[in-house]
Amino acid sequence: MSRIVNGPLFTDAPVTPFRPGPVGTHITIRGLTKYFAGWPLYENFDLDIPKGKIVSIFGPNGCGKSTLINMIAGLIPIDAGEILFDGKSLKDTRIGYVFQNYREALFPWWRTIDNIAYPLKLMGKNKAQVDRRLAELVASFDVKFDLNRYPYELSGGQQQTASIMRALAPEPEVLFLDEPFSALDFEMTLFIREKLQEVFMQTNTTMMLVSHDLEEAVYLADQVLLLTKRPTTISDTLEYSEARPRTVQTLSSPSFIETKKLSLEIFQREVRK
Amino acid sequence: MPDNQSQPTRQPGWQASQLATGAIVRKPFEWGSLLPLLGPVLLFVIWDLVVRFGLVKAILLPPPADTLATLLSGMLGGDLLQHFSVTLYRTLLAFGIATAIGMPLGILLGSNVRAYSSVEFLIDFFRSTPSSALIPLFLLIFGISDINKVAIATFGAFLIIIFNCAYGVINARKQRVAAAKVMGASRWQIFKDVLFWESLQPSFVGLRSAVSMALVIVVVAEMFIGSENGLGHKIIDAQQVMNTKIMYAAIIAAGVLGYALNILFLFLERRIVHWSGR
Repeated sequence: MSRIVNGPLFTDAPVTPFRPGPVGTHITIRGLTKYFAGWPLYENFDLDIPKGKIVSIFGPNGCGKSTLINMIAGLIPIDAGEILFDGKSLKDTRIGYVFQNYREALFPWWRTIDNIAYPLKLMGKNKAQVDRRLAELVASFDVKFDLNRYPYELSGGQQQTASIMRALAPEPEVLFLDEPFSALDFEMTLFIREKLQEVFMQTNTTMMLVSHDLEEAVYLADQVLLLTKRPTTISDTLEYSEARPRTVQTLSSPSFIETKKLSLEIFQREVRK
Repeated sequence: MPDNQSQPTRQPGWQASQLATGAIVRKPFEWGSLLPLLGPVLLFVIWDLVVRFGLVKAILLPPPADTLATLLSGMLGGDLLQHFSVTLYRTLLAFGIATAIGMPLGILLGSNVRAYSSVEFLIDFFRSTPSSALIPLFLLIFGISDINKVAIATFGAFLIIIFNCAYGVINARKQRVAAAKVMGASRWQIFKDVLFWESLQPSFVGLRSAVSMALVIVVVAEMFIGSENGLGHKIIDAQQVMNTKIMYAAIIAAGVLGYALNILFLFLERRIVHWSGR
């Protein structure tokens, strides 16, 4: 009869080593788990978001597109998992966020210009620094409306422009956009889409765009992330490498149509499942 | 953007002055703007006819012109003005104390939901209890004094203010809080830059009902808690000696006070909470 003398009292549970993403990854998501009312929305979800790219997220209703970026942006707590930005935690990362509902995103008690300056003030910048950054933003957005007005005195498109300026003011490492166009009319959508593309070309900021409009999702994207129904997984990732600036002509180019068609096929396959 | 001429430095007063001059030149007199006066004039005429035809005993209803004359002479340096001022002073004092304590406390309670849930029942219960039912209790505590009237009015106003301020914070738009959070605002910064402002509009609704409540309680207290002055005292005093002209004048003065306070608070609300309803 064999007997173990002085055996260990406990053994360490095997730790799954952190698996880094491929070269050029900005955001690494590992083992992300989120339950809603006892049902899994995300379970052990892994994702790599490339740096300096625009990633569009598209998927069936209720699959948690917005929830995904809200969890990454720290607005919704996660049940388990790890999210790192270039190896750093969210706390050490500057992010910007553009909400769908611009009416409830800006602070109506301050003038628009003070809204845009707010994140800079939170960072502890002095007045000269704030003014310099605001001047830069006004120039790069080519603002034609009066920023000294209150947000509620501006049109919807102007308010959303101001929200984007506010999100970009602290020169964020990642910009999150949660259906930024869906409350706007077509003219404003086109305008802001172009502005976003310009900003992206100037700054190369990593962007995550949630969209329910496939054309919009593909048009801006370097990568289209197609999600499944819940529990949500990645159905497919499509690369779309059309050169920038993309224009209205891009919308009728074969590569655009091909990517959009493919996305739609994958989407429909997921919806029917 | 929609307007293509680049004029980012547009004169702020441009639109207003344009409108103002336009209004002076063109606008014809609108008879419709006199409509709100129709009701009071009609009331005055009916009142006068009732008295003239003797439909009501003259001792119960004095002629309206006499009543208004009594009101005016009383308010323009007479002793009615004195009573009016005393009531106004007590109301504002009670309201001021209630605001100074209730507003910060309400906002604090509202930003800590657990703290609020623990006192919610108490606030709701006493808010639903008619404050006048507490007058005898306050008499026991404060005696028949001037402080008593202010104290009970303060109590009534305080409950309304704390309730509205707390709910204002609790019902703050979640997305504005999220926006501040995502920009890296600390708890304190979210409180002072978002929650406080969000609570202002419902708080003002509370302040407006609180000042009305304070006035109601002060007038009742002046009637029944041994008092030598105030509109409540004046009204009951005139009634006792059947001097109905003075009684009606004092009632109208109390009405004017309540109405003016309401208008003042609406004005302040529109000024301070300029974004409300937009």
